[in-house]
Amino acid sequence: MSPVHRPETVEEQQSYLRAGHSLRSWLFSTDHKRIALLYLISISAFFFVGALAAAAIRLELVTPQTDFLTREGYNRAFTIHGIVMVWFFLIPSIPAVFGNFLIPLMIGAKDLAFPKLNLLSWYIYVLGGIFVLYTLAVGGVDTGWTLYTPLSTQFANGHVLTIAAAIFIVGFSSILTGLNFIVTIHTLRAPGMTWGRLPLFVWSHYATSVILVLATPVLALALVLIAAERLFGLGVFDPKLGGDPLLFQNLFWFYSHPAVYIMVLPAMGVVSELVTAAAHKRIFGYVFVAASSIAIAGVGFVVWGHHMFVAGQSPYASVVFSFLSLVVAVPSAIKVYNWTATLYKGDISLDPPFLFAMGFIGLFVIGGLTGLMLAMLAVDAHVHDTTFVVAHFHYIMVGGAVTAFFGALHFWWPKITGRMYNLVWGRIAAALIFLGFNLTFFPQFVLGYLGMPRRYPVYPPQFQWLHDLSSAGASILGVAYALPLVYLVWSLRRGPPAPANPWEAFGLEWTVPSPPPKHNFDTPPVVTGPAYDYRLKTVRKRR
Amino acid sequence: MNPFWPERASVYAGHIDLLMWAFTGVVALLAGPVFLLILWFAIKYRRGQAADREHVIDQSMWIEVSWAVIPFVLTVGFFVYAAWIFVGLQRAPADALTIDVVAKQWMWKFQHPEGQREIDDLHVPVDQPVKLVMTSQDVIHSLYLPALRIKQDVLPGRYTSLWFKADRPGTYRVICSQFCGLDHSVMGGRFIVMRQADYARWLATSQVDASLAGQGKALYARLGCGGCHDARSAVRAPSLVGLAGQATPLQDGRVVTADAQYLRDSVMAPNRDVAAGYPAAMPTYANLIGEDQVTALVAYLQSLAPARSGAAS
Repeated sequence: MSPVHRPETVEEQQSYLRAGHSLRSWLFSTDHKRIALLYLISISAFFFVGALAAAAIRLELVTPQTDFLTREGYNRAFTIHGIVMVWFFLIPSIPAVFGNFLIPLMIGAKDLAFPKLNLLSWYIYVLGGIFVLYTLAVGGVDTGWTLYTPLSTQFANGHVLTIAAAIFIVGFSSILTGLNFIVTIHTLRAPGMTWGRLPLFVWSHYATSVILVLATPVLALALVLIAAERLFGLGVFDPKLGGDPLLFQNLFWFYSHPAVYIMVLPAMGVVSELVTAAAHKRIFGYVFVAASSIAIAGVGFVVWGHHMFVAGQSPYASVVFSFLSLVVAVPSAIKVYNWTATLYKGDISLDPPFLFAMGFIGLFVIGGLTGLMLAMLAVDAHVHDTTFVVAHFHYIMVGGAVTAFFGALHFWWPKITGRMYNLVWGRIAAALIFLGFNLTFFPQFVLGYLGMPRRYPVYPPQFQWLHDLSSAGASILGVAYALPLVYLVWSLRRGPPAPANPWEAFGLEWTVPSPPPKHNFDTPPVVTGPAYDYRLKTVRKRR
Repeated sequence: MNPFWPERASVYAGHIDLLMWAFTGVVALLAGPVFLLILWFAIKYRRGQAADREHVIDQSMWIEVSWAVIPFVLTVGFFVYAAWIFVGLQRAPADALTIDVVAKQWMWKFQHPEGQREIDDLHVPVDQPVKLVMTSQDVIHSLYLPALRIKQDVLPGRYTSLWFKADRPGTYRVICSQFCGLDHSVMGGRFIVMRQADYARWLATSQVDASLAGQGKALYARLGCGGCHDARSAVRAPSLVGLAGQATPLQDGRVVTADAQYLRDSVMAPNRDVAAGYPAAMPTYANLIGEDQVTALVAYLQSLAPARSGAAS
């Protein structure tokens, strides 16, 4: 790559990126593409905050005693890590950045249905974020991200109310985004873009949006009740006041289990796009992949009790939840098998987006299957609340959702910015993230089965070598996550201009220039065939 | 200690380990082909590589149904077995030795039926079913015995229980596994499984004024419970002799079993479930006594019944 600053191309001069240069033109933009970039910058900032907390946790766990942090400090570190990563990075990550940017482009629309609402949802996110930063500045919170009662309402001495306010507020951002996507997908599809021709990325975002709209209000309700008990002594959860502590867990997991699907369904949508584009071949079983997103969203609402097998829930309820948790694994398995079948007889580019997609599939499969182990009642009674659970959900939410986020970033970066990045560095980053992730979290499965509880800064010395492996992996992972920041930012100034369709992929977003003009399509597109119809192109056989 | 496999103190723990191994084998069978095929396809069909790419299909109902159903069928049996032994964990045998557990930030209090108390360490006899009846004084805790592969959350205001039969003497760990605040990570101690003779000797050398029921009797006198509840009392309050385990009609028409949970609630929140035919006159003792003392009172009341019935399920 030549170390010269490359001048702007004609496409860039006419793109959304140059439609107004003032700060005001960004902060008050209602262009879905600009709002997506506002989200990209703000969630990256919170990813950094959450990652710092994770670094503090892994550093503390290098030795069996507390030395770097106090116990109190450790409790506050894992609490803020969880809250920031779940609500201020993972939940908005793919939907608010790539969903925002791509859904109108993919369905042939000028923008989302409610552009001003879209901007409002970003401001609400920022307001929630300010509450998080305030909470951090005044000393943090010590409840765990799960905010279990009566610890959070009567006993914790951290700043529970401000963090509850932060989560309450950011929830409205989720609801508005979900609402916007649902209406957009229903009403703004281009002529000929039938439901059966929708890209799978759009299908998975539709399913995600339904969960966002239906589940988030329940969390908001639970947070209001926490505030009412903590502030006014209203006896909702604390038995000393006549309340029921398990009521909170039911409300919390009624939201927070579907929230896992809020994180992973968009990731699955990304991977469906990445796999079929890399293979240059129509995805195998389009109908099943699309329908499985809806099935996951539906069944995902009735498995929350698997977080409560040892909580004092009726054992018969637990049996039902255990069985339903097995059922919800079926649509996920369908997706994985269909992705695999798509590669058969494909014409596969081993570019960074595909490597991230392969990484996603590998890590998601391990995360999903260990989830089945946890859904088995007697096994859960042993490994519940150990690092086995921590490893499991990090395989899904970090190995899965974050890897897919990076896959999306590498796949659509040329479209978003108009520049190509260095593919070699992209492949190195994909490989490092995969290795670093496994080294960080696989030892935690072993630790958990050995009886290492989660949220413990103090542990028996015989566990140290496994914790040290995990911490070593985390430092590799930290470098691997920082790497794309370097070569992607570099590409903005020095990267070669991206063609409209650098990956020879199928989809309306690849028919517009890179970066797209402000109004997306010069002439409204008309769709005449199915999605991923790679037969239209002759399969290239180079050399 | 084996660095890859946790210590095992019961036959039940062996069942869980076997279940884990067998299930790991099955999931390897389900996931292995995915991993191998993805890598194989990525190499064989990579761009620029000559390969047969003719006659591709992009849908097949039979293939879809088979990979939806076959993994489900292969795994559902494991779920049934795991559920079966889990439900068994809820039903303690009738001859189980009952040990009462009170959790508070950040300690465990164990009370043996003969009145011995210990903090953080738990001594139990080998080859004898032991039932733990547990409650919390403050937040939710969870009693975790990794050598037995079992845990159960411990809730304020409620009794939960856990039973086991340890069959290998030794010293293992008692852990709190539900995050409970500042010193959560040091809330635990030793779980000591002793030969029965050693356990009897340990009980004998532990200093005790009275059995748990005896301590409850003294407390009953000290708190003046008899002032209302004794037969000769002037105040009209229900007799407590023989009450434990009996069906008890309530003022609102319900009939409840006077189990440990009901007896506890009647002391700590007496106006919640008032016995039929009596005025709601009893004051709460929630601010006067702790859960461990309530446990002693309950043991005393249960000793007045024909046989100490099982505590709350």
